[in-house]
Amino acid sequence: MRLEDYNPLDNIQYSVLDLNGNVLKEEDIPDFTDEELFYLYKTMLYTRIIDDKALSYQRQGRMLTYTPNTGQEAAQIGSSYALEKGDFLVPAFRELGAWLIKGVPLKNIYLYWYGNEWGSHIDDVKILPISVPIASQMQHAVGIGMANNIKGEKDVVLAFVGDGGTSEGDFHEALNFAAVFKTPVVFLIQNNQYAISTRREIQTMSKNLAQKAIAYEIPGILVDGNDIFAMYNATKAAVNRARNGQGPALIEAYTYRLGAHTTSDDPSKYRAKEEVEEWKKKDPLLRFRLYLQQKGLLTDELEERTKKDLEEEVMATFESIENKSDTEIEDIFKYHYATMPPQLEEQLNEYKAFWEGGKDYD
Amino acid sequence: MTNTLNIVQAVNQALMDEMRLDKSIVVYGQDVGLEGGVFRVTENLQKEFGVKRVFDSPLAESAIVGTAIGMAINGLKPVVEMQFSGFVYPAFNQIISHLARMRNRSRGKYNLPIVIRAPYGGGIRALEHHSESMEALFAHIPGLKFVVPSTPYDAKGLLIAAIRDPDPVLFWEPKRIYRAFKQEVPEGAYEIPIGKAKLIEEGDHITVVAWGAMVRDVQKASEIVKAKGIKPEIIDLRTIAPMDRESFVESVKKTGRILVVHEAPKTLGVGAEIIAIVNEKAFLYLEAPPTRLTGFDTTFPLPRGEEHYIPSPERIAKTIEDLVKY
Repeated sequence: MRLEDYNPLDNIQYSVLDLNGNVLKEEDIPDFTDEELFYLYKTMLYTRIIDDKALSYQRQGRMLTYTPNTGQEAAQIGSSYALEKGDFLVPAFRELGAWLIKGVPLKNIYLYWYGNEWGSHIDDVKILPISVPIASQMQHAVGIGMANNIKGEKDVVLAFVGDGGTSEGDFHEALNFAAVFKTPVVFLIQNNQYAISTRREIQTMSKNLAQKAIAYEIPGILVDGNDIFAMYNATKAAVNRARNGQGPALIEAYTYRLGAHTTSDDPSKYRAKEEVEEWKKKDPLLRFRLYLQQKGLLTDELEERTKKDLEEEVMATFESIENKSDTEIEDIFKYHYATMPPQLEEQLNEYKAFWEGGKDYD
Repeated sequence: MTNTLNIVQAVNQALMDEMRLDKSIVVYGQDVGLEGGVFRVTENLQKEFGVKRVFDSPLAESAIVGTAIGMAINGLKPVVEMQFSGFVYPAFNQIISHLARMRNRSRGKYNLPIVIRAPYGGGIRALEHHSESMEALFAHIPGLKFVVPSTPYDAKGLLIAAIRDPDPVLFWEPKRIYRAFKQEVPEGAYEIPIGKAKLIEEGDHITVVAWGAMVRDVQKASEIVKAKGIKPEIIDLRTIAPMDRESFVESVKKTGRILVVHEAPKTLGVGAEIIAIVNEKAFLYLEAPPTRLTGFDTTFPLPRGEEHYIPSPERIAKTIEDLVKY
């Protein structure tokens, strides 16, 4: 498929599979091996299990705030699977599936949500740390791409943002810079319909978010974000364009956050149960599972066995960090500058002396 | 070999020399390419290094800093310009939320060798937003370095040090004295260390700390009070963050008095920090109240009122005399 063949103003979602896993566009089925298909499904399961376990650890008071991904696995995994090892992933904060595809160890991911900065120190993976200020990371993605152009390198960047992020100035500045400098960046909006409690309709009068591309003279495409093949194809097309020097593109993954914004949020306050039930029918795992079953690549028995293995791995990983990951006092001070300035060293030493000797003072 | 240069020319030469040595340096911002910047600080850089390394960007301060962060992560050393320091605020989020934090956030995986240059300060009869001195806003942020040169020689050496620094440096240029005087400046690259103040004049009776354009005014004030037998010790802070505390603490131990002179508003300004440090480190040496002479806690006035705002050499001289007689 070619991005240029899709006009966001038509407001039609590009999809490849229907809700029952039936093929809508035979010619658009990606050329994946059986192993690749199973790997993608396994990563979707892995993502969901990591999510489910994190939520239960959080409820037990063993984990801090967490941002669930459930319902958005296809948008995250289908898109990021279109990247090569040398390509950069620039996340917002709800891209668990993409991090896993990119090769971020689960240990790092859990360590981050456990409350330790070392989670964001990810060796040998071209990925930025989680970026909490909404849409600000888009500009970093553009800068990475500009540097690729300046250095004459062919790597591309995939940058994530949410529907709420499209209202931020940084989103628009990033698209504009990327277009002006023909930067190899693929912008991916995970439109999960809500920015915490604020509905997508309150963010913009645009019919869809993909049409924001038009003003910047770059391709934009509205994609069924719960269709892993559609997400892969659209991203792959955008990545290929970018790698060939044709500049940036904007993808809107139309999806739904089945869970809460974070573990501190109660979505029943702002959305109807019926709406959530409707979207559960569009669960990205369900559709892909049915497709794989039709192809004879997945049985209930294989699914159960895979889940069980993954659950064990997830639990073992969490236990490997739990109660062993308190921050070293030095680490709080050591990483602000290459060399600690004297005032910082003084503060560290004063505090350490108190902590080690005087904390029992009363 | 040396050349006789003003601050604009010295900054330009620092960029020229360092860009020749280090191919990873790129310069961009509004009007910095073809035109060479509104103050001509980046003149001829594009001609010398081409549009790939020196270029005009769309008019968006946040994206100028935000993309610099991405470039630095991807192996380049951006030196970006804010056309005036008063226009840096759209980039505030990028500076505070990312530029200052990326090294710590990634526990050292990503450092950001970025320099943000901006002309700052009043006294050039400019429009609104073109005259402010807001160094305290940035000096408060952990993870940033903040440098202000006051002479051509320092401007060149400090900028080269800033470019070579593995961490982000905000380099605020005192535009009131951009072309005020010339100095012998060595050819080729040299560094003046960041975090080190400079003793401008030795004295006995009072320590006066200033930076940027105010250093010149303090020197003028010093000439006035010397006629009355008062010898101030003048320190040019040069780096606001991290501050060279020893420089003025040791001086106060000798003189027993301190006056901080800055253009920025008084309340919660850098002067307040300097005086707090003096109180902590040299309390028992004080013979007069540590004092600030600064801009007012007002918006910087438009040109017809700006002479009232910036502390004049006469006001500085009077304050010095009052403190010495305290």
